[in-house]
Amino acid sequence: MGDHHHGPAKGLSRWLYTTNHKDIGTMYLWFSFAMFLLGGAFAMVIRAELFQPGMQLVEPGFFNQMTTLHGLVMVFGAIMPSFVGLANWLIPMMIGAPDMALPRMNNWSFWILPPAFLMLASTLLMEGGAPAFGWTFYAPLSTTYAPPSVTFFIFAIHILGVSSIMGSINIIATVMNMRAPGMTYMKMPLFVWTWLITAFLLVAVMPVLAGAVTMMLMDIHFGTSFFSAAGGGDPVLFQHIFWFFGHPEVYIIILPAFGVISQIIPAFSRKPLFGYASMVYATAGIAFLSFIVWAHHMYTVGMPVAGELFFMYATMLIAVPTGVKVFNWVTTMWRGAMTFETPMLFSIGFLVLFTIGGFTGLMLSIAPADFQYHDTYFVVAHFHYVMVAGAVFSMTAAVYFWLPKWTGRMYNETMGKVHFWVSFIGFNVTFFPQHFVGLAGMPRRIPDYALQFADFNMMSSIGAFIYGMSQLLFLYNVIAAIVSGEKVSDEKVWDGAEGLEWTLPSPAPYHTFETPPKLEKQPAY
Amino acid sequence: MLNARALAATALLPLAANAQNQINMSTGISEAGAVITDLGAEIYGLHMLIFWICVAIGIGVFGVMLYSIYAHRKSKGVEPSQFHEHTGVEIAWTVVPFFILVLMAVPATSTLLEVYDNDDAEMSILVTGYQWKWKYEYLDADGENIAFFSNLATSQEQIYNTDTKGENYLLEVDEPLVIPVDTKVRFLITANDVIHSWWVPEIAVKRDAIPGFINEAWTRVLAEGVYRGQCTELCGAYHGFMPVEVHVVGQGEFNDWMAAKRGAAATDAALAATELPVDELMARGEDVYNASCLACHGANGEGGLGNAIAGSTIAMGGLDPHLNVIVNGVAGTAMQAFGAQLSDIDVAAVTTFQRNAFGNNTGDVVQASDVVSYKEG
Repeated sequence: MGDHHHGPAKGLSRWLYTTNHKDIGTMYLWFSFAMFLLGGAFAMVIRAELFQPGMQLVEPGFFNQMTTLHGLVMVFGAIMPSFVGLANWLIPMMIGAPDMALPRMNNWSFWILPPAFLMLASTLLMEGGAPAFGWTFYAPLSTTYAPPSVTFFIFAIHILGVSSIMGSINIIATVMNMRAPGMTYMKMPLFVWTWLITAFLLVAVMPVLAGAVTMMLMDIHFGTSFFSAAGGGDPVLFQHIFWFFGHPEVYIIILPAFGVISQIIPAFSRKPLFGYASMVYATAGIAFLSFIVWAHHMYTVGMPVAGELFFMYATMLIAVPTGVKVFNWVTTMWRGAMTFETPMLFSIGFLVLFTIGGFTGLMLSIAPADFQYHDTYFVVAHFHYVMVAGAVFSMTAAVYFWLPKWTGRMYNETMGKVHFWVSFIGFNVTFFPQHFVGLAGMPRRIPDYALQFADFNMMSSIGAFIYGMSQLLFLYNVIAAIVSGEKVSDEKVWDGAEGLEWTLPSPAPYHTFETPPKLEKQPAY
Repeated sequence: MLNARALAATALLPLAANAQNQINMSTGISEAGAVITDLGAEIYGLHMLIFWICVAIGIGVFGVMLYSIYAHRKSKGVEPSQFHEHTGVEIAWTVVPFFILVLMAVPATSTLLEVYDNDDAEMSILVTGYQWKWKYEYLDADGENIAFFSNLATSQEQIYNTDTKGENYLLEVDEPLVIPVDTKVRFLITANDVIHSWWVPEIAVKRDAIPGFINEAWTRVLAEGVYRGQCTELCGAYHGFMPVEVHVVGQGEFNDWMAAKRGAAATDAALAATELPVDELMARGEDVYNASCLACHGANGEGGLGNAIAGSTIAMGGLDPHLNVIVNGVAGTAMQAFGAQLSDIDVAAVTTFQRNAFGNNTGDVVQASDVVSYKEG
């Protein structure tokens, strides 16, 4: 057998030096879950303060630090790394490759993340406190008026950007070069397709974010005035640059989620995905549109009316490819033979709630109406429907779906179903009332509010505590499965699952597809 | 909801009678049935149009999904069909939504063009956002502008739960913006420090206030009344505490109010030329302190976001360094240059107050003339 079939090294060095895509995927997934709990803890502080009108637990300045860190940790620490972890585990197994194309860079792109987040979290202990200017860090609140810790924040963002770019280059290189013979682009599983497109988005926009924070750094420390009108700059320029990154960023988060759902719904419908080709084109269409709609986040900054009209029309167009995706998923379910195990429940939860988030997105695209919605809780509700019920639900579905393949052990199905229903109810109790308070006039990012918002805020807080607690159930279920779950002997854990990863033994061996697989078993998409 | 109410009842202090839970956007129609602004009513109509279109699509999509979940489940013994594409259907659900979008875009475009129609205003008001208050300046053709600051009027005791919260908790100011009814008012909106956003939901005006740039917005309010809003762009620690309150009054009442404002400005100017007794300065200084200093420096000068004033070496040291901080602010901190915000008499009063309150018994008395001579260097 020789050297090729050695197992993992022992002890800490296994994880520190590993170049194995499965080890790195595992580390990404655990790291992102830890960040999910940390960001969730910040959210609990926010909801506890908002439980009642009046200031009770924290000071307004600290409240702003919580909203800022909650957003940054969830976006950059929880959701993005979790999907990179999923990509690491799955892409090589789905395309029949032995590993990622650039394994050493893979190790590095993970290991620079923990120090970056340690640095970001440490700003909480610094004089002047952590960044308190919102995850969108608009200048000049984030420059001239920022706490001194902003410099550490900038450095952390730079490192995260480097990590994301390295991860993306790796995915692009892997998908383009390491597909098993016979796997043409239009035969790739949709999860691989969505990640390939996502990786291009990341490579395109992370440097833009790096540019924005570098300009901030120059403004703060080196006397430039990119974002200060007093020196000939423009605070609105910051918003244009930020959202040129930020809008593609939301598709970076959601496209891999689309990929996951496109794997799971066919599996539990026991029926091929409907409209594979149109799914690919719709994904590409959404990715293209994501570059020309950024200013819909800025309808109230005072753009010329022609600009408003352009961004409004372009934004409305996103509903077309997104609608195609939703229709395709529903049609995949149509006349299938469905069962409703936990991954399917979370996928259907995704489908329903993401669609609601899509509807509110369409409402927000209407510029004159957005003058009333902008920066209210209506927006908060909208983006939690797409980020939490979209990205996080699909990620949860993915963990339940592939966990038996990763570990060779089954999670507890009953507990999984309880997790779904508690999450689903908790999520809706949290975020549905936020549509109401937002429309009624409650601005976002305020630590205290007028009395007419009190009842719905209390509901929201109770829902948030329920949703938060339900994630501990998830953690327990996953650990219990790894430690003592029922062993899975089948290669194909789910009877409707299709794809190369399901041709491998469970658990998947440390090294897989050292010789490329033959593709007869590939599903006819 | 029962749960939420039961929990509310256990709170330390009873909340004031809650306003009704509003669940939708302001309709642009007053409780008496009068149109508040045409634009607000139109935007509400647009909002509801899009909403119902979404509801209709939602019923279709979720209906099909629910039926499928009910009818196409394995436990019913169905055999899965294997169809996986249909070009006609796919073209249809690409093209049909596109036309629905066009139907939405038409009214949206015409409303947006109205929002941007700033022409032919009958009066102009410069709205400037400060951390954390609004300044309103009525622009006058003869250069006789009237300007004042509008601060949160809700007490710290209400905010920190030691007093019962009032009906307009966090939505009330010391000096509201007053505008005449049925008059096209143009707002010129800017900011002094960071970005703020000026929003009054019922009259459907929201525009960002950006330092160094001036944005335009307009309204014509058709129904007299009090309309309340808030800052809607995160602007620092007290972002949640800078409300907007607009009083829309008849033209006659507006003229009287304007005359009174001009009179008060003249009185202040006259006062600044005289020497005020200590107790008057202290009383005036306390009012100024509560409006402008308290949020950061605390009700008893104990500090908070800002440094403590009680026992401070600045407030108890030389007069010039003290005036320097108040008049010019401290660069790189939230301490603003109040010399540009307060009248000389108010600066004198608050300086006197700070030097003699909270146990800072310096015995110093600062008059407006001292402030004038300090400013002149």
